[in-house]
Amino acid sequence: MALPKRIIKETERLMAEPVPGISAVPHEDNLRYFDVTIDGPSQSPYEQGTFKLELFLPDDYPMTPPKVRFLTKIYHPNIDKLGRICLDVLKSNWSPALQIRTILLSIQALLGAPNPDDPLANDVAKRWKEDQNAAIQTARDWTTQYAKK
Amino acid sequence: MCILPVFPTQQELREMAKEAAAKGVLWKDTSFSTVLRDSIVDVVRRWWLLRILAWESWLSFLFPNVARLPVSQVLHHDPPLVPLVPPASSAAGLSTTTTTPPLTRKRKSLADEQTKSTLTTETAQAPPKKKVQRKVKAPAKPAEEPPSILTPKTELSLMDSEEEFNSPASSDDEPMVDMDSDLSDQDAGTCIDSELDFDDYDEGDMGFESQGNITKKQKLPYEVDFKIYSPEDIQRFQDNEIDEVKHLLGQPPQNSAILLRRFRWNRERLLEKYMEKQMEVLDEAGLKEDESGSSRIQKVPGFVCDICVSDEDDLDTFAMKCGHRFCIECYKHYLATKIKDEGEAARIRCPGQDCNRIVDSKSLDMLVEEDLHARYHELLTRTYVDDLDNLKWCPAPNCKYAVDCKVKNRELSRIVPTVHCDCGHAFCFGCALSEHQPAPCGLVKRWMKKCEDDSETANWISANTKECPKCGSTIEKNGGCNHMTCRKCRNEFCWMCMGVWSEHGTSWYNCNRFEEKSGHDARDAQAKSRQSLERYLHYYNRYANHEQSAKLDKDIYLKTEKKMTQLQTTAGMSWIEVQFLEAASQALQRCRQTLKWTYAFAFYLARNNKTEIFEDNQKDLEMAVENLSEMFEKPVDQLSGLRVEMVDKTSYCNRRRIILLSDTAENLKAGEWEFNVDFN
Repeated sequence: MALPKRIIKETERLMAEPVPGISAVPHEDNLRYFDVTIDGPSQSPYEQGTFKLELFLPDDYPMTPPKVRFLTKIYHPNIDKLGRICLDVLKSNWSPALQIRTILLSIQALLGAPNPDDPLANDVAKRWKEDQNAAIQTARDWTTQYAKK
Repeated sequence: MCILPVFPTQQELREMAKEAAAKGVLWKDTSFSTVLRDSIVDVVRRWWLLRILAWESWLSFLFPNVARLPVSQVLHHDPPLVPLVPPASSAAGLSTTTTTPPLTRKRKSLADEQTKSTLTTETAQAPPKKKVQRKVKAPAKPAEEPPSILTPKTELSLMDSEEEFNSPASSDDEPMVDMDSDLSDQDAGTCIDSELDFDDYDEGDMGFESQGNITKKQKLPYEVDFKIYSPEDIQRFQDNEIDEVKHLLGQPPQNSAILLRRFRWNRERLLEKYMEKQMEVLDEAGLKEDESGSSRIQKVPGFVCDICVSDEDDLDTFAMKCGHRFCIECYKHYLATKIKDEGEAARIRCPGQDCNRIVDSKSLDMLVEEDLHARYHELLTRTYVDDLDNLKWCPAPNCKYAVDCKVKNRELSRIVPTVHCDCGHAFCFGCALSEHQPAPCGLVKRWMKKCEDDSETANWISANTKECPKCGSTIEKNGGCNHMTCRKCRNEFCWMCMGVWSEHGTSWYNCNRFEEKSGHDARDAQAKSRQSLERYLHYYNRYANHEQSAKLDKDIYLKTEKKMTQLQTTAGMSWIEVQFLEAASQALQRCRQTLKWTYAFAFYLARNNKTEIFEDNQKDLEMAVENLSEMFEKPVDQLSGLRVEMVDKTSYCNRRRIILLSDTAENLKAGEWEFNVDFN
């Protein structure tokens, strides 16, 4: 199946004008499959960390959202231990006008602003609410341990 | 005997007119027109009277035994005296009939006579004239009255009833019958005309009467009011609702529809909110008009679609009022995905990022491919039924109907709302399970859970087995005497008192040592569980028995059909004569379904004065059902002889069922039953 024009254009643009702190490189054998890295935002426990993700554009993209998953272990209330992400724009609030770059920016923003009220990893969210400082410290520890640059 | 119409004189007519005016009947009493009209009427009537008298006397002389009525009717069918129409009130009427300038009295009456004689010579009225008459009649009703007020009372009642019959809510059909006879006896004015009208009324009346019969039919205490709606009905309701709200809100229909769906078709809440914070409501529903550009397909130069990044110049694009413009192909694809894959309909949002505007149905109809229209509207209809509490889909497979029932959820402990769908499926409106009268939904849920639970197995074991008092092995007594010897430890004990057998002395096989200490504790511990278990099993066995029979419904039905054909061939009975088997089969199925649930009901029922009546009713029904069932199973050659008996039994079963259900439903409503569980 030929690659839709939209995906080609998006990929070109991602290469030509990359977003600061984010990189997305398609696999040579499958142009719908991207290796993604996101830098932890400053002022967050994930600062100084670089997180690897995988991103896949399904057949009916952009009608359906891309599938994104963290490959690097991360301590975050909205990301579970399999790396799955709880983010509205990846589910119900997806709009075909959104793009890979906007989605990755949203994920980066999620790292900067965890939302323990809408958790995916319950244990993390619970700790986050009960003892935020300790939770943030764990997140920081995990970042240095697993997401070292 | 000859019935003659009595014509009022001019003086009488005027008096009647005044009377009518005093009673509030429209009546135009202007000097010239009234005098002219009345005098014409007078002359015409007198002339006719003479002719009729002559005819009638001749006829009665020739055919003394023939009823005169039809003749009078034919003769008296004066078309509603055209000149009587007051010039002011019926310009339309005059224009369609022969217009006569206000000439002298004589000439006018002559002209009148001519028209009349031409009319009467035609035996039946020619269709176009009929039309003219009717046309005249409608606007000039008051003017028509004077000639036909022969017996003022009757005429007034005619007027009344006419209005009544026009309104569907009319309930008084007695005067109508009287009036009919009065008219045929005496009416000399608009007889045929009114007869024509009466045909219409008769039809309406019949419909009305049958309707009345339905409402008059006594509603049994266990029945609830419900209506069945087809998908078309539901569509119509939505359209009506949208139509009404459209006017109230001053919004176009598609916006009104979006708002209504958003507010789950709660019109009051929508209106209230809308009046309070119009902008907020519109904004939340995605209807805020903040950017220009109406919903239509257009080509925009220099446009690049955000979805497919196409930038051809002749690209068809579409945007709703929110201004999020995409190429038409992407829009279509987007909507198709939403409808087909995600099953969305009422709340599809604009594909634009962070845009909350809902795609309205007009835009959808324009964009969605033909093959998805049906699916889209089906989904829309579905949301309507899902959103409203008083509507539910019939749970039967492939059934398209929805049921409207006003029973609220909180009433379910008092009412068992059983509804019968047009597809033949009877189900409970409260829980959508198949009918389970007389047990209320809460009990049914509990009962089903209890029956499914494996805990009963353990209970059964503890109730039907005993442990050896010495080694504790589980023993089930499968026959024989009470002198038990444990296989394992060879302990000998009495099954009844669980005491050591040696203590029994010589009273073997007849344990009367009830107070014996050794067996006391063992008995006590088991007694409780055994009792409750036996109680459960008692009800469960009966419940399961009837359920099993209910599951064999289909077999029974097929068997019935076979038997019916057999009977027709062997016993020489006609089709109509063997229908009793069908009726019996249906009664059996229905009664078994009821009986089944009476046992679940009884299991939870705490004893009070009412339970005895309930149990008697239950017993009666069960015995009747078993009797009928026994007869039903008889070989075909005996069936024909049992016909009368079976018919009786069938109706007896049905009656007993109604009695049982009525009794339980009444007491349930009144809160007379006491249950040993809290099922709410």
